[in-house]
This record gives sequence, C-alpha cells and structure tokens, in this order.
Amino acid sequence: MNNRINEKLNKEGKILSIYFTAGFPRLEDTRKVMLSLQKAGVDMLEIGLPYSDPLADGPTIQESSTAALKNGMSSQKLFEQLEGIRNEIHIPLIVMGYFNAMLQFGVEAFCKKCFELGIDGIIMPDLPLEIYQKEYRGIFEKYNLHNIFLITPQTSQERIRLMDEVSNSFIYMVSSASTTGSNAGFGKEHMQYFERIAKMNLKNKLVVGFGIKDEETFMQATKFTKGSIIGSAFIKHLSKNGIKSIPDFVKTIKS
Amino acid sequence: MKRKNPYLADEAGFYGKFGGAFIPEMLYPNIENLKQHYIKIIEEDSFQKELNNLLKDYVGRPTPLYFAERMSEKYAAKIYLKREDLCHTGAHKINNTIGQILLAKRLGKKRIIAETGAGQHGVATATACALMGMECIIYMGAVDIKRQAPNVSRMKMLGAKVIPANSGSKTLKDATNEAIRDWISNPENTHYIIGSVVGPHPYPDLVARFQAIISKETKAQLLEKEGRENPDYVIACVGGGSNAAGLYYHYLDQKDVQIIAVEAAGKGILTNKSAATTALGKEGIIHGSKTLLMQNPDGQITEPYSISAGLDYPGIGPMHAHLFESGRAKFVSITDENAMLAGLELSKTEGIIPAIETAHAFAIFKEMKFKKDDVLVFNLSGRGDKDLQTYIDYFEF
Repeated sequence: MNNRINEKLNKEGKILSIYFTAGFPRLEDTRKVMLSLQKAGVDMLEIGLPYSDPLADGPTIQESSTAALKNGMSSQKLFEQLEGIRNEIHIPLIVMGYFNAMLQFGVEAFCKKCFELGIDGIIMPDLPLEIYQKEYRGIFEKYNLHNIFLITPQTSQERIRLMDEVSNSFIYMVSSASTTGSNAGFGKEHMQYFERIAKMNLKNKLVVGFGIKDEETFMQATKFTKGSIIGSAFIKHLSKNGIKSIPDFVKTIKS
Repeated sequence: MKRKNPYLADEAGFYGKFGGAFIPEMLYPNIENLKQHYIKIIEEDSFQKELNNLLKDYVGRPTPLYFAERMSEKYAAKIYLKREDLCHTGAHKINNTIGQILLAKRLGKKRIIAETGAGQHGVATATACALMGMECIIYMGAVDIKRQAPNVSRMKMLGAKVIPANSGSKTLKDATNEAIRDWISNPENTHYIIGSVVGPHPYPDLVARFQAIISKETKAQLLEKEGRENPDYVIACVGGGSNAAGLYYHYLDQKDVQIIAVEAAGKGILTNKSAATTALGKEGIIHGSKTLLMQNPDGQITEPYSISAGLDYPGIGPMHAHLFESGRAKFVSITDENAMLAGLELSKTEGIIPAIETAHAFAIFKEMKFKKDDVLVFNLSGRGDKDLQTYIDYFEF
C-alpha cells in the first residue's frame, strides 16, 4: 500500500528530510519544530523518539536524547503531543527510535497508535531484517506503516536486494561506517558508493543519511539518489540558535 | 558441542525466548562474519592446542578446586572453591580474552576494543593484547576511571589506550555503548572482545564456551576428591554472568545439580539502588540482546547500583535470563552489607580475600540452608586486591 512517503518520493526533485529529537530543546517544542520545518519547505520529517542508549548515534543526538528524556519525553507523551497533528502537518512523517521502546509499549499498540495519528513510516535501527520479517512485518503492514531499512558501505548486494524486496518506500543509505553526526565530509569513496548502489536499480528509492550538514554535502549525497536526511547538524543549529532560526538553517541546505 | 542441550544457544542465538542479535545494520557484517566462523575456528585442533598451551603456561590452569575445611565446618556442608582468583590477572576474565584474541588473529583483525567496568576485563584484554602485540583500546566510564584508578594504570602499563565514556551514567553500560559505536565506525580491522555473556549472538555463546573450562576442570577435580563429577550445588555471582556461565556450563543438563545464581541487591531491591536484574527487570533489549533488564515502563534503561563495579550492570546474559524463566536456576539477591560481611568472613576463615563481586556468592548462607553432606562448588571468580580500598572504607580498618 502506498502512503504519503511514496507520493513524495514519486514527485520530481530531490527530497530534504530532517530528523529532530522529540521533546527538545523543551518538552513542548515538538510541534513547534515540526510546523517550522514544514513551513520552511522541508519534504519529510523524522520524529526522533529519544532513547537512553542510542547505539547508532553520535554525541549530538545522544545529548539531545538525554535532554529530551530529562524533559519528560516518552512514547506515551509523544503520542499525546501528536494528537491531531494531521490537521496541521501534511508532509510524510516517520518515527525513528530504538526497538526496546516499541517493545515495551507493545509492538502492535505502537503501530496502531502511529496509524491513528497519521504516521507513515518507522525506522528502528536495531530491529534487524530477519526478525522484522519473521515476527513483525504483518503488524506493520496492517497499519500501513513502511518499515525503513538501513544499509551501509559494508552491506552485501545480496542483502540489499533482500531489503529492497521487503521494503515499499525507500532504502536509508548510511553514508559511511560511522555513528550519526560525523563531520568529515564526502570524498571519492563515498561518491563511488552512492553511485554503485544507484546502479543496482532497486525498486525503492535511495535516501542518504549520516554526515550531511550543509548544501555541499546535500548536493553530493543526492547526486545519485532521491534525497537526504539531516539530523545532527540540524540539532546543533537548533541548540545554538533556537526554533526561530529554523528557516535560516533550511535555506542554507535547499534554497 | 551438540545443540541438543536446551540451555545452550540455538542456531539463531536464542536461549528460549532470550538472546538473538538486535543490532543496527552497521554491525551486521562483523557479527555475521563472527557467527559464520567462530565455532569452526575454535574447534580446530591448532586453535585448541594454542589455547590450551596458553591457558596452562600463561594463565596458570588448571586452577585448583580447594576444599574449604573451616567454612565446611562452620556451615556443615562440603564446600569447594574453584580458585579462578589464582588465574593470571586475578580473575576468570582472562579465560575469555585469551580465547577471543586467538580468534581475532585468525579472523585477520589488527585492532582490539573492549569495554570495562571495574577494570578486570580491561586488564585481561590489555594483557592478551600485549601478549599478542595487538593494538588495544579500552572504553571505561569516566566515573569508573576515577574509582578504579589502579586498574587504569595497569591497562596503560600494558600498552592499552583507555578512553573515557562520558555519556549516560559514565559507567559499564555506557562504556559498552561506546565500544559498540567504535565498532560501527571501524567495521573492518577491529574485533570487539566483549567481557561477559552479553551482547548480540554469537557473543553470549562464544564467551560461555571460553569460560566453560571452569566446569570442565571442576568435574574432573571433584571426581578425584569426592568420587563423583557432580556436586549438589554450583553457586556463582551474576552481573553479566560470565563466571557463572563457566561454572554452570557442563552442569546445565545435569538435573541432579542445583544451580544457584547470586545477584547484587545493592542497598536492597526495594530501594532505588540495586542491580538485581531478575528481581527488578523485565524482558527487553540491551546491547543487542533480548534479555531481562532493568528499565522504566517506557523502555528506558535504568541505572543500576551495586557496591561492586563488576555487578553494576542493568541486564544479565540471555542464557541466565532463560535459566531464571525456566526455573532451572534459583536466583538470590544479596545486599552490599551481606556481601561485604561474607567477604570478610571468607578472608578470616580461609585466608582468601575475594573480589566483592565474588563475595556476594558467599553470602548465600544467609539465605539458604544446606544439608550436612551436600557438596557445594563456589566459583571464587576473582581476588579482592582491587577492592582493598572499598573494604578499608567500609570496615574502617
């Protein structure tokens, strides 16, 4: 089944998706951040559900997560904050978090809630493909939620094909072997990797994340792909300059 | 090793409903590589030969199984101590690090990373790396670096680089997170030596296999002393659970052997300062494994507390979670106070100062009564030198 993510992916042009941590900088900022990002022209939002032990994240998102948890953020709280969100937000929404939070809420209850609120996709980096297929795929599909898989430069072609088969939206390409927030920029090796995967002609579009921080890295990441995701660089900007300056940040990436 | 034993990992690394590999895709190639090769490599004759030579001449195995006469008299049971405290570096941890470093070499890895809490596993890893001339990076919580300064110096002297983990509570859980993040960023040249029977499959099984030497030796030694391989009880402390896994391993499917696991109750399970995972934990995922862990209703992992840094972990290995849920093992939790008193008692009664982790196991006599001829084997998993300052402060010597 298609949903808002597919509609967006099927349109012309490159996609800019922004990840932010729910309940950060202040608990009640979640909605304000979303509205501001939509207004600034962002194409898709990844709502980060903060977790105490985010293994795939670097220091920036670890810190924003810790702060959000201290503020009182939780799965329950986030769902309360998102009540009626579809009256105001029309771009695709993805919830990104760690699987234990979903497990404790109840996988089916979590998916049902997401569906009722108008969430389109879920990214759980530590829910592996095999276990998703075996135990949870049916539940995700029942609630029309796209589960988005990550690949890295080390992922085998065979495995990418398998993920492509199981996915129905996009493949999240992790730009390099690192946690989120790497500041190194992209070189020849990265570009070759983006091109190599693009040439596989997968049925799903490719969206690149990890290490995108400015217009230059956005252009590089989207040269062979449909779009890219910015997380840490956005959170850094938000921490430093506040919600009012969100449009300025978006402008520097995609004018 | 046949897989028919219901208490060992199945093909996918599950012990009943616990275990598995809940890892970000970034770790998949490394974990898969390990999973494909570990059994084949460690069962090779040349591997076994090299490992056994090192265990014998470098680690000092077999460790004695000592009949503790005065303790036996006092508690009217036959009490045996498996003296892992006499291993090189002072604890059982080195059984695993020597095994894993040989495995890492055969996998072509050049760089070793590890996490450590109290520093025992860090020292054992640094030791193995020095022995093999490999680069060694140890992640250790910033708080633990301060409170375990002598072990930090040991690791440095052995040539390891000690990197403070500054996230979260800055203790073992966070050091483990940092080691995993390092592995994500260095997927090709690095092997991660996990120190306990925790983490994603195949680690719990891998570490248990390297610690299984403890019960293998115990069987032979007990046969010599008592004319039987199986004691009535095997008793060990459980943080992550590696020393316990080693002592239980060859007894798991021996129904006549009762398995006792001792957890750290800290200041008491009803206070907020405890590390008694089976008493306080719920099923969830920590460090890539589905197991029992201490968490809030939202699934956020809570900070454990114990006077012993080695039991200060919010989860337990999936094998132990399964032993608990299936009723195969009896879990008991022991407070700081009773552990400290038991440590003092063993020192004065047998002339052995145990690690505070280990001392928890000896407090079992406060919780359980044994019959006169019951044969008890304790894993005396580590010596107490590292804890001297804590003992001194506690008893005001």
